Amino acid sequence: MKYYLGIDLGSTTSKAVIVNEHSVVVGRGITNTRANYEIAAEIAKQQAIYNARFTLLKEKVGKHLLSKKEYQKFFNDLENVFQYLQFKNRFEKLTHEMIRQSEQYKEKKELTPILTQLLKDMEKELYKKYLHENLGNKNHFFRDIVSEKYNEKLDQCDKKYFETLMNVFDKSINPVENEIVEYDFQQLIHEGTNILKEHYHELLNSDIDEIASDFRSELELLSGNYNELKEDLLSHIENIAKENIVIENMVGTGYGRALLPFPQECIRSEILCHAFGAHAIFPKTRTVLDIGGQDTKAIQVDEYGMVTSFHMNDRCAAGCGRYLGYIANEFGLSLNELGPLTLQAKRETNICSTCTVFAGAEVRELLNMGEKKENILAGLHKAIVTRAMSLIARSGGARNEFTFTGGVARNQAIVKYVSEFIHNNYGKDITINIHTDSIFMGALGGALFAQKNIKVELDTKKAKAS
Amino acid sequence: MDKIEKIVEQCKDILCDINYTVPKQWKNKEKNRVLVGYLPIYFPREIVWAANGLAVGIMGAGDFKQVVKGDAYYQSYICHMPRGIIDLALDGHLNDFDGFVFPSICDVIRNLSGIFQVEKIGKFSKYLDYPQNFNKEIGGKFYKSELEDILEKIYQINKIHVEKDQLNEAIRLYNINRRYLRIIYDIRETYPWRLSAYELYVIVRAGLSMPVNEHNQLLEIVIEEINKERGVPMDNIRVIVWGAFCEQMPLNLIKSIESAGCYIIDDDFFIGSRWITKDIDDHSNDPLNALTEAFLNNSTFSSSVYDVDNPKEKRLVELAKQRKADGIIFASPSFCDPALLDTPLCQKHCEKNNMKYISFQFSENTGQFKVIKEQVGAFSDSIKLWEDITV
Amino acid sequence: MSTTKEVKKDKSMLLQKEMIAKQFHDLTTAKEQGKKVVYTFVPGNLSELIHTFDMIPVYPEINALQSGMRKKSGSFIKDAEKIGYSEDICTYVKCDVGMMINGNIGPYGEKIPPPDLLLLSYTGCFTFMKWFENLERLYPGVPVAMLHTPYQEGGKITPEMTEYMVKQLKDEVIPKMEKVSGKKYDEGKLKQILSYAKETQELINQIFETPKHIPSPIDAYFAGVYYIGPINTGFRGTPEAVEYYKLLLEEIQERIKLGLGPVTPEGEMTEEKFRLVVEGPPNWTSFREFWKLFYDMGAVIVASSYTKVGGLYDLGFRHNPDKPLESLAEYCMNCYTNFNLPQRIEILKKYIKEYKADGFLVHSIKSCNSFSAGQLAMMRKIENDLGIPVGFIESDLVDPRYFSYSNIKNRLESFFQMLHQRKIMNIKN
Repeated sequence: MKYYLGIDLGSTTSKAVIVNEHSVVVGRGITNTRANYEIAAEIAKQQAIYNARFTLLKEKVGKHLLSKKEYQKFFNDLENVFQYLQFKNRFEKLTHEMIRQSEQYKEKKELTPILTQLLKDMEKELYKKYLHENLGNKNHFFRDIVSEKYNEKLDQCDKKYFETLMNVFDKSINPVENEIVEYDFQQLIHEGTNILKEHYHELLNSDIDEIASDFRSELELLSGNYNELKEDLLSHIENIAKENIVIENMVGTGYGRALLPFPQECIRSEILCHAFGAHAIFPKTRTVLDIGGQDTKAIQVDEYGMVTSFHMNDRCAAGCGRYLGYIANEFGLSLNELGPLTLQAKRETNICSTCTVFAGAEVRELLNMGEKKENILAGLHKAIVTRAMSLIARSGGARNEFTFTGGVARNQAIVKYVSEFIHNNYGKDITINIHTDSIFMGALGGALFAQKNIKVELDTKKAKAS
Repeated sequence: MDKIEKIVEQCKDILCDINYTVPKQWKNKEKNRVLVGYLPIYFPREIVWAANGLAVGIMGAGDFKQVVKGDAYYQSYICHMPRGIIDLALDGHLNDFDGFVFPSICDVIRNLSGIFQVEKIGKFSKYLDYPQNFNKEIGGKFYKSELEDILEKIYQINKIHVEKDQLNEAIRLYNINRRYLRIIYDIRETYPWRLSAYELYVIVRAGLSMPVNEHNQLLEIVIEEINKERGVPMDNIRVIVWGAFCEQMPLNLIKSIESAGCYIIDDDFFIGSRWITKDIDDHSNDPLNALTEAFLNNSTFSSSVYDVDNPKEKRLVELAKQRKADGIIFASPSFCDPALLDTPLCQKHCEKNNMKYISFQFSENTGQFKVIKEQVGAFSDSIKLWEDITV
Repeated sequence: MSTTKEVKKDKSMLLQKEMIAKQFHDLTTAKEQGKKVVYTFVPGNLSELIHTFDMIPVYPEINALQSGMRKKSGSFIKDAEKIGYSEDICTYVKCDVGMMINGNIGPYGEKIPPPDLLLLSYTGCFTFMKWFENLERLYPGVPVAMLHTPYQEGGKITPEMTEYMVKQLKDEVIPKMEKVSGKKYDEGKLKQILSYAKETQELINQIFETPKHIPSPIDAYFAGVYYIGPINTGFRGTPEAVEYYKLLLEEIQERIKLGLGPVTPEGEMTEEKFRLVVEGPPNWTSFREFWKLFYDMGAVIVASSYTKVGGLYDLGFRHNPDKPLESLAEYCMNCYTNFNLPQRIEILKKYIKEYKADGFLVHSIKSCNSFSAGQLAMMRKIENDLGIPVGFIESDLVDPRYFSYSNIKNRLESFFQMLHQRKIMNIKN
């Protein structure tokens, strides 16, 4: 089997998608974009390859087994634990680095023990989050997971060391985050199965209330069949781990594409990739809206997924994903909390400035006047969508099926307003597509371009030589 | 609720009505009536009235409408007003209008006339190029030919030939309108508390969307009421607000300026309604000529008209002195080339003449006024303080 | 693609350099030679009339663009903003004001003499009028002659418009020029100058027709702005200009014969991949980088509206020595930004068809409302009518803060890849 890789290096996240020669997605990976684009791309790619191995593993295990609920659960848990083990490895490196850093300080005698204890607690709590709350399957990034927990811990700490402990973290996180660690797939699976075995055992013996009853039956099945399952799995795992996933061709795209360590001919504009990806998933798509971190794009495509026209936001980045991040900060919320809270709004406060500079002041004034948080948020969300809709209008409106992609499509409130606008302005019969993986559309388009080997030259060096 | 409050309420409904119900009802009462929308600043509405039509001021969608389609027409560095106007047109709010006149204010408004032509909005869109030459035989003749062109366009719609008497009658009615406005501004010069700037604004603006005779009746009542005592004098400073002649301020911004401690005793919000500063001859044998001469000789000043022989900064400071203003507030719409290019000249002249001033930028849909209010409040306080020290 | 590294200077380039050097010498020594200096604008300029009175024209917007190319505009603009000019407004004006308050040292380092006459022939740009009101305050007492050019709002030039302009010329402009120069208006001399102008116009029109050839021998935008230099800035109506354009045309015809592509700063373009029509002025502060984004991709601009700001000769206008004042008037009204939007759309559509363009690109300028306001509507209309791929980028004339290289590159890359895909699909179908 041949494999093809697409990498979408966005301003906030880097995504990788692997497709096989039949254009089927077999692996996906995502990480936060950082100063070093090469590392972000590499980590996303690594994730996608692990993910591909899981896909292969599932294929090998066979459909008949996967149709059983307990097997589904097991695979889900296994991927989760797999993520955990990677996390754990990196967290150990972080612990090591932070303790080393803390020893550089005058007050190390008091500081280091506090820090050591704090990190130990964190490790325990995060273990729980992985094992009990399925954290590994939520696409959260190492940096976000640790910094959220660390901040929480610092709040409970003696304020005397607050600054120092912050500094220690800041100094350590970058090198640790940017280290590329190769894992042995087989070994992690082994470790993972062992952890799961123990975990299931523990769960079954724990208080019955902790486990939902329908879950319990699966657990019992899993526990009972565990050895059988493990054997079944292990027979395949060796083959899968050994299988060399060779990338035949690849295409890079996204905001940082020029910085990708790819040959020039493998780089393509994100406009083409997003459109191609969206069109592959929803072939009747004729209009694509992509709201990413840095850019908003309105794209029209033909029946082959080829771009016929496009419009991007102007100089001003208001109305892009970045703006949502800014709003979240202004309200002291995380990005994931924005959508659900906004959906609780009774009405939308009228917000005039989508300018990041002015909106802050406007928000503070509204809060002072006693306006409800969720209503202001609703107004802000609506303002972003209004900007995007003017781009859609510029590009010629929405036709046939409308597909909404990009990281911002994960925000349910944005989705709600986009749907309202599209239906109100372009008719109720327009189908609106939003895929759970809409954030991967650019990378998918890239992978498909790589697979179809559709040459779109952007090459200057190569051409010059000719 | 006193009489004025009732009128204000009525006027506010008219100006907030983006469907232009009042003019449309007027039009539908009689066959052959036409509606001609005109953009700021000045347009001799008399010629439309004489042709059995009503000239209706299109002052933008303000903060009354969420603009989506209009944004698709303009880059972020162009002012807000034309977006709202395009949005109104594309959403059908300007249906029933027969034509549009775009007086020469700036390149954005000029090109908006082209967008109306491209999008085929209305039966005609006419860019009215004010002559920047004020010689009767040169600029005057050109201006008159421009007015004739508009009359011809209306004729093509309702086949009404405009006679001398109808024009003279229209001039008479608009003379009354202008005269009443002069009286109101003059009363407010002495008793600014009797009619707030907000009330005045709403009343004048409603006049852009209603038959002139009906507006005259309203103004008559207003004059009667403010000739009597009304309201309570406050320790406010007296200011002139200048620069918002095209894209309009949000209503709440006007209120904010007042509540920050200012009496706005003159402004250029609807300078077009007060453009001609003296009565126009309404018994002339050639009324178009009378309108032309009024434009050439009795116009007020504005950023959109060439002024080298009579610089506007001088006229502005003179006006401020005549109105006994304590200061000038330069309030310009963002990205407004004419207003913003005039501001440095005017400010320099203010400094020379010890006229105090502040300046800020706004857009018609600005939603937060806190910063501006603080700025205006500080301006007001500093002037009061300065007076206390010098007295 | 794209270019050979060998850069050879054509004779015409050297000649143009000489001409400009002499022009600047004349300007800086004007006072010693007893010559009067007239400040005026490029679009609708009355160079012929100025020459008739032996005066020397200065074009503030050319100074501004030169300052932009020499990386001086950024600080001039900031200086103007310091004295109250808003960040929102035209940066040509601010650059000019900034240069004046810094001693009026021109782009070549020489002090530009103050004006003896401000000739405000304002064509197609309302801001010109505001600009001159500002200049008038900077040079109190200097006479101002105003020539109002009516806009082609109805899509045509009416007799009333011409009459209005001719009267202004006769009664306002010429008497002021006589007074300032101390010379009587000599119509015979003007006629002679206009016949040179006519010849120049004929030649430049032929030059801008050559990109109809495939491959195009010239870039009608990036090189085009150099070609329009002499005709727009004071040389129109001189024998030197005729000589220059003859030489240039010969060189271009030679390129066609040899099948050569356009000359770029990095040598000759060897493969023409995309033929574009561009609407809007270029950016001056990063002119070379901007150009490079195109020739690196094998894109050549075959026609542009910007090179018509100083006159649209392809629609047939020529100065007519037999009707000197009428033709001056008509010239003013025939500059690109004095055409209304429906006319501009038709002109661009004509270029796209006649020059066989693969794509249409708008370069929208923050400073220039005259160009920019309405460009999005024009673009959509052109896209709908012709089904041609369109692209949209924005920056500014001389404010370096508004040129975002990565932003423009990102959009251009997508545009060119879209064009490429479309070309492939067209071939397949």
